[in-house]
Amino acid sequence: MEATDLGLWSVPLAMFAGAIRVSTPFLFVSLGECLTEKSGRINLGLEGTLVFGAMTGYAVSYLSGNAWLGVLAAGFAGAAFGMLHAGLCSLPKVNDIAVGIALMLFGVGLAFFFGKAFIQPTAPRLPSISLGEWSDISQVRVALEINPLFFIGIALAVLMWWAFRNTRWGLVVRTTGDSAAAARALGNSVLGVRFVATTVGGFLAGVGGSFLSLYYPGSWNEGLSSGQGLMAVALVIFARWNPLACFLAALLFGAAGALGPALQSIGVSQGYHFFNAAPYVLTLLIMIASSSRTRALRGAPGELSIVK
Amino acid sequence: MTDVASSPAALAPAFSESMDRLRRSLEYVAIPIFALVVSAALFSLFLLGLGQSPVEFFSLLWRGAFGTSFSLQNTLVRAAPLIFTALCVAIPAQLGLVIIGGEGALVLGGLAAAVVALPLLGAPPIVVLAAMLLASLLAGAVWIGFVGLLRFGRGVNETISSLLMSYIAVSILNFVVEGLLRDPASPNKPSTPSIGEANMVGNVPGIDVHWGLPVGVALCVVLYFLMRRTTFGFAARVTGGNLRAAQGQGLPVGRLIVTAAAIAGACAGLAGFFEVAAIHGKANASLIAGYGFTGILVSFLARHNPLVIPPVALLFGGIAAAGGLVQRRMGLPDATMVVLQGLIFVVLLASETLYGRFKIFGGGR
Repeated sequence: MEATDLGLWSVPLAMFAGAIRVSTPFLFVSLGECLTEKSGRINLGLEGTLVFGAMTGYAVSYLSGNAWLGVLAAGFAGAAFGMLHAGLCSLPKVNDIAVGIALMLFGVGLAFFFGKAFIQPTAPRLPSISLGEWSDISQVRVALEINPLFFIGIALAVLMWWAFRNTRWGLVVRTTGDSAAAARALGNSVLGVRFVATTVGGFLAGVGGSFLSLYYPGSWNEGLSSGQGLMAVALVIFARWNPLACFLAALLFGAAGALGPALQSIGVSQGYHFFNAAPYVLTLLIMIASSSRTRALRGAPGELSIVK
Repeated sequence: MTDVASSPAALAPAFSESMDRLRRSLEYVAIPIFALVVSAALFSLFLLGLGQSPVEFFSLLWRGAFGTSFSLQNTLVRAAPLIFTALCVAIPAQLGLVIIGGEGALVLGGLAAAVVALPLLGAPPIVVLAAMLLASLLAGAVWIGFVGLLRFGRGVNETISSLLMSYIAVSILNFVVEGLLRDPASPNKPSTPSIGEANMVGNVPGIDVHWGLPVGVALCVVLYFLMRRTTFGFAARVTGGNLRAAQGQGLPVGRLIVTAAAIAGACAGLAGFFEVAAIHGKANASLIAGYGFTGILVSFLARHNPLVIPPVALLFGGIAAAGGLVQRRMGLPDATMVVLQGLIFVVLLASETLYGRFKIFGGGR
């Protein structure tokens, strides 16, 4: 099919498509971080988990020939990092922020170490679902090629939102995050709940990483993630620890991330680097706007070290 | 001293107190060293798992880092920026801030130095260097000072904001060297035009190491005294101990936070200055060498004590210097040293839990 000339309309279209594509890893990492933070701990290491997940997903997909197996392996690798974080933080006097920084460096280092062999080969990528069959415009059809993980992410966001409010384990996680003393009084194991929450959070971040290498951009290299994991952590604060808001925030970040490539596709290359910096600047602005000097942040888990 | 203090009865408690202090400082030495040994053991297992020889690894590491005079010089050259970037972590840490954006301040400090030199190229070298120095100090101080301002003024988490700003700093560097000020004479590696041989910082007489190293060591001593022996340092450490108490005492907490962050940024900016003025002679992607991130580890291992930073920086300068040799000889990927550093970092943080547990160090009661 011929590509129709859409002129300037191609920018919002590319941003729409980009928002969906680019937002998926943000969504998974921020949901994982949301769960971890709800239990009262922050895991800054998810950037490392994301990169390691991307590498593992690609490697397993290449070796097994099955991209979905790669996604699963990435999740388990992420869960292992989550367990490591949770295990270390269970020791008395060990600081969760510092462990996060260390695991960020360690995860990225391990990913580059083991990933070197997988930069060249091509692994099977994840399939997409075509929702644009009704349109004659090829760009629209391309924009509506959507990865199933995107829908899984939405379902997960809704499920988490519902479960935090309506289920027993949602209550347990929230209590643990708001007051460790209250959780202990209720007979819950604080360290146990945080261990599970951080592990599951790591799993989700790992899955988010596999999306990067197996769908979009869809290959493994060392420049694959540049701070998405970190931005997703910032995004959770902006979303006020609400999984549904995490989804909307992820879309916003996806659109910001797609701005640079979209403008480049219609020939605007001036200030290309600044459009690449757009997501970081946006994150920073959002953090400035959504933090407060005096008030405690609404919806913040009471035990969280970054908001205390 | 009065007569009472010098009587034997009064000396005994003073003696046991200083013994206690000695034991506790021994703990601060013993536990990090123990963490290094455990990391080396774990890394050996990692190498064995890959079918590589740990003995070969560590002997090559030694040779590449300290074994020959050439490798020792290489180590010292790499230790210099690590001292500065570690200070960028250590100073805010006294106030309880975890700032990890030294990489960004280094990059911008180097860029500022390289850019400021361009219109001054005809001027006497001393003028050019002074302008470059000032520019990089200022760039770093403003960059990380802004992190402090956001922290105090808006309650923005300084760890996340400083790291985000590092990504922004790298974008600014790329924008300038690939577009705005790209040197047409350097088509393969986008760079700013060279600052000229005459304007470079020379080496310390007698050794092949630039002035950044002695300056860094001196700066550590100065900042140690600033943080331990001055009113500013005392107020900063009170703030780090208990922010609310410091506010209650009427300390200018906001000014302390921003000032400490600005000092930290200036240190990292200085690293960028020396990278440009003593090594590269121009700003390009070589500035993004990870010194900012290794500096975090150096500062944590030194327990944020400026006086301990130089020897720890030397150790990690050695690891960085030996990287090429070890990886080439053993056919290991480039990231091997990053894995080793990450492992050390993780083990070191886990070792925090050991403090106060051993009777021999006066703990465990």
